[in-house]
Amino acid sequence: MSSNLAPLIFEHMLIVIIATFFSVALGVVLGVIAYWVRHVDAIILWTAEAIQTIPSLALLAMLMIFFGLGNTTIIVGLILYALLPIVRNTYTGLTGIPNHLKDAARGMGMSKLQRLIRVELPLSFPLIFSGIKIAVVNSLSIAVMGVLIGAGGLGYPIYRGVQTRNLARILSGAVPVVLMALVFDYFMSKIEQRLIKRAG
Amino acid sequence: MGLIEFISANYIDIQKSLLRHIELVGISVSIGMVISIPLGIFLSRHKRMAGTVLAVAGTIQTIPGLVMLGFALILFGIGMLPALVVLSLYAILPILSNTYTGITEVEQRYIEAGRGIGMTNMQILYEVELPLALPSIISGIRISTVYIVSWATLAGLIGAGGLGDLIWTGLSNYNSKYILAGAIPSAILAFVLSGLIGFLQRLLTPRGLKGVRV
Repeated sequence: MSSNLAPLIFEHMLIVIIATFFSVALGVVLGVIAYWVRHVDAIILWTAEAIQTIPSLALLAMLMIFFGLGNTTIIVGLILYALLPIVRNTYTGLTGIPNHLKDAARGMGMSKLQRLIRVELPLSFPLIFSGIKIAVVNSLSIAVMGVLIGAGGLGYPIYRGVQTRNLARILSGAVPVVLMALVFDYFMSKIEQRLIKRAG
Repeated sequence: MGLIEFISANYIDIQKSLLRHIELVGISVSIGMVISIPLGIFLSRHKRMAGTVLAVAGTIQTIPGLVMLGFALILFGIGMLPALVVLSLYAILPILSNTYTGITEVEQRYIEAGRGIGMTNMQILYEVELPLALPSIISGIRISTVYIVSWATLAGLIGAGGLGDLIWTGLSNYNSKYILAGAIPSAILAFVLSGLIGFLQRLLTPRGLKGVRV
């Protein structure tokens, strides 16, 4: 059984990694927009929160109407779910930077973009990272539901196990999922602590 | 047939599913509250155990819903009971951790002030700690409720009914009208419940805490 489990684990991780890549890119950009543009922040944060509130099966089923059966639909779903922690943490990180640091950067003649890339984003990185951690751990668990909309990954043995009432089959998918979530959580928390310590 | 006609033709089915969904959410969140609020209070008095209990609850939370429903299906069979067991289990953690942090974050000086005016431990709990922790506890209930509305859509898979049933029918027949007839009400239900509990939270926040960032 372990021989045919490896590709499923790999596919599961690949789905989560691709989704995380896009949600980080999109989430950080949205977080910066919320920070830069006045009044837009409430709209962006509210929207991300609203998406999170939609039940996952409902969201995935509706996405399936547009994107069809397959991995694309679950990836889009995971990107949408991962937005909230990343956007919120980027925004909180950027707005929490002490004024004297922003003034110092301005005083050195940095442009708005230079300040963002050289000063503001690096300073808020620890918080952005903990947002990414939450997103990854959640995505690993939500990705299981991909099987219901025709995606691959570890949802397949779990769902087959539920259908055939086969506990061993369910566990063969469930144990790797839970272990992966715990391992990612553990190591990313370690990195997070180190980042926070270094930032002082 | 357009979506509107579909909804009016299947109005009774949709209504029945919605009511069953609310029933599932109401019962399991209530069970979650009955278990986790007293447990949270207990843990705030026995902090050494808190780490372990919260870690166990946190691990349960990482188990995907599909897996838990599968376990329950094998243990208890098809129907509402296995779904309620699983949903209640999922409802525990957010309320538990928010009750615990809410109470432990009450500043020591307020507890000492209570003791200073001669309050018993019970009075301190009911008249000082719980009111001050209430906003945090209610926000835990809100998080739980939104989660459970979501997990309850999966309960349709093991024959517990609810709006998931419609989504499931739509998915297996590739019929988008069934999907939307289940998905849209479940999303609205999540928004409405979250909004209502948020309103309740503002209403029940002690006057002294209003305007203070929690």
